Amino acid sequence: MLAALREFLPADAILADEEALRPYECDGLSAYRQLPMLALLPETVAQVQRIMRLCHELRVPVVARGAGTGLSGGALPRQDGVLLSLAKFNRILSIDPLACTARVQPGVRNLAISQAVAPDGLFYAPDPSSQIACSIGGNVAENSGGVHCLKYGLTVHNVLKLEVVTAEGELLTIGSDALDSPGYDLLALLHGSEGMLGVVVEVTVKLLPLPECVQVLLAAFDRIENAGQAVGEIIAAGIVPAGLEMMDQLAIRAAEGFAHAGYPTDAEAILLCELDGGVEEVAAQVQAVRQLLLRSGATEVRVAVDDADRQRLWKGRKSAFPAMGRLAPDYYCIDGTIPRRTLPQVLRRIGELSAEFGLPVANVFHAGDGNLHPLILYDASRAGELAQAEALGGRILTLCVEVGGTITGEHGVGMEKIDQMCVQFRPTELALFHAVKHAFDADGLLNPGKAVPTLHRCAELGAMHVHGGRLPHPELERF
Amino acid sequence: MSDMALEIAQQVRAASVKNQPLHVLGAGSRHFLGRAAYGATLSVAPHRGIMAYEPREMVITARAGTLLAEIEAELDAGGQMLAFEPPRFSEASTLGGAIASGLSGPRRAYAGAARDFVLGCRIVNGKGELLTFGGQVMKNVAGYDVSRLMVGAYGTLGVLLDVSLKVLPKPAMSLTLRQECSAQQALREMRELAGRPLPIDASCHLDGQLHLRLSGTPQAVAAARRSLGGKEMENGGDFWTRLRHQQLPFFQDGHALWRLSVPAACGPLALDGDSVIEWGGAQRWLSTDADAVLVRGMAQQAGGHAMLFRGGDRNAAFHPLPDGLLALHQRVKRAFDPHGILNPGRIYAEF
Repeated sequence: MLAALREFLPADAILADEEALRPYECDGLSAYRQLPMLALLPETVAQVQRIMRLCHELRVPVVARGAGTGLSGGALPRQDGVLLSLAKFNRILSIDPLACTARVQPGVRNLAISQAVAPDGLFYAPDPSSQIACSIGGNVAENSGGVHCLKYGLTVHNVLKLEVVTAEGELLTIGSDALDSPGYDLLALLHGSEGMLGVVVEVTVKLLPLPECVQVLLAAFDRIENAGQAVGEIIAAGIVPAGLEMMDQLAIRAAEGFAHAGYPTDAEAILLCELDGGVEEVAAQVQAVRQLLLRSGATEVRVAVDDADRQRLWKGRKSAFPAMGRLAPDYYCIDGTIPRRTLPQVLRRIGELSAEFGLPVANVFHAGDGNLHPLILYDASRAGELAQAEALGGRILTLCVEVGGTITGEHGVGMEKIDQMCVQFRPTELALFHAVKHAFDADGLLNPGKAVPTLHRCAELGAMHVHGGRLPHPELERF
Repeated sequence: MSDMALEIAQQVRAASVKNQPLHVLGAGSRHFLGRAAYGATLSVAPHRGIMAYEPREMVITARAGTLLAEIEAELDAGGQMLAFEPPRFSEASTLGGAIASGLSGPRRAYAGAARDFVLGCRIVNGKGELLTFGGQVMKNVAGYDVSRLMVGAYGTLGVLLDVSLKVLPKPAMSLTLRQECSAQQALREMRELAGRPLPIDASCHLDGQLHLRLSGTPQAVAAARRSLGGKEMENGGDFWTRLRHQQLPFFQDGHALWRLSVPAACGPLALDGDSVIEWGGAQRWLSTDADAVLVRGMAQQAGGHAMLFRGGDRNAAFHPLPDGLLALHQRVKRAFDPHGILNPGRIYAEF
């Protein structure tokens, strides 16, 4: 295999010894580690095609990797496989301000796109927290969201076209520079497919005009229920905020200690509400939201006085994850989505589970779109605590499914949540996912073993399938 | 107002055993689209009713046979709307038909298409299995996004039973500006405006006039109005409704009607016939007797595709796929419908 690769790849694009492979052993979910057989760093589409053809011929599994910031182990290598890094595909190929599009290579960092098009008064909307580092190819694979997706959508809503190399090395254009394409919406299907259906080698993204004005409000609440109520009131008033974030007390305290954002540390919950649009429009909406917050029982409402103040308020929220380091040596980030109305009930239940497992849980919530990130605090150096944290995480995800939500809002299934897939889907549905995979990759060489569990695995787990809030025994009290 | 899911699944199962092709039928108001359906009729129309609607969750779930008119009336009462403005070709138009055809109205370029608002669905696949994908929440990346794949699949991958859609608040106000200009000027203007943060949510060039709809808060609309100038059109709302549902005279002039979906920034297409430009330049309707090969070639050369919407040879209604993609489509079809019984040949002869 090495000899065949050397025919078309330069020596420095082939990594085979342990030291060189070490950086690729895990992605952002470092609890799972595995050295690949080989790591390859091609820099042309033709090289990617040849690699795929060769691997197909030799039946070698391929795991594609962008920046490796994923949180579900989706880019975890295979011992018997190739780790295909797209890091060298890091160029913005063209920007068309009139069409409001940019054509970029998959290794381009998310934030770099917005930075490059800012002089044209445009931006690329989806902004995952890791946007400084994460790559657009990975964003497509995970269908990444961000704090602004209630208003601006996910990656799938902001991509027009993909160039994809198949498991057999064929180059396909999926989507187009027009707003739709003939045939099935394979563009939608590829988003969030976690590198199981093809390798993305080029992305054409949609760009939006930068809003004229942005404003942020912070509201403090002494009851979680009131914060939840406020979110409903804002939506009911016909306002779609650019961002709407909630943090519970433990998260507030950690973030404040870390970022000194000026958060009220005695509050049970805070809401951050970002509004954008025209100057007069935003001024009117700020007044309206302020009234709604106070009417919902906010104990304090603050409006950012200037840009620096606004940045400070956001800094607290954006550093919520690293801030957990002040509270515990390790944390485990969960990524469920729930119907918004169930938030108080879900947080109460998480509190009970936290007590049961003896592990603190801080909650950060994309309140606008119902995406909940409980952060389980633990100490990996204590025997068994990681396993306990994972077990607690599994219980929280099952809870999300029970209230009508999902096991992953934006981080993907990867390796991490593969067992919870058995909770969310029936065997017939999982079988259809496998059939879809087979349509793209008949030999199962692309990122095998991720995202969709085998029926055998689910049967062995004996997991209780719950669907749409319909439990097998609805008469039993569970909350 | 009843749940016919089990009966529908039973019918599909029975047909699959006999390899009996099924013609999946809602109201039949989109019957003229694409290639002709054949086979035994599987009626989804009785499977109707709104199952859940909570304005605060911004989600509605309804059965496929539910009338679009009923859904939109319910949303209207809740101060919300289907932002993709699905066209209705009759009052009997159903939700299932709207999703299966995947068509979107004037707001599409500014708010998103039908596929952008689908959150989840329940379907019957070609084996007669009842399957649920996605959900009722805004963000969900568990499993492949089968729900969005159903949009525009014309019922060839599964019989749509229930669909959950994200809905948006209705804008507090809208007004329409109108100015005389050529198609070329209109295209340029549409693109220049698209790059500016204005509350434009529809654009159309028709009969030598550029129409722009401004929607949003009173402050946003007033500010944009000041900045853009131009004349306000009376009954602007009515114009967009008639455009959306293809009730304007342009759509009924007896020639073949083509829908060209092209990159928004491409200039006017040199094709004979009358045209209407929408979606900031990205959708162009063409009423023409021009040769199909010529129309398709022009759309393709521009980087887009052309669909024969009404009239002409409906056997070749959809733009042909390149070989690699066609083969992939056939494999995807087999994954959902191994016996090939669901609306076979409705999109392409090959599946």
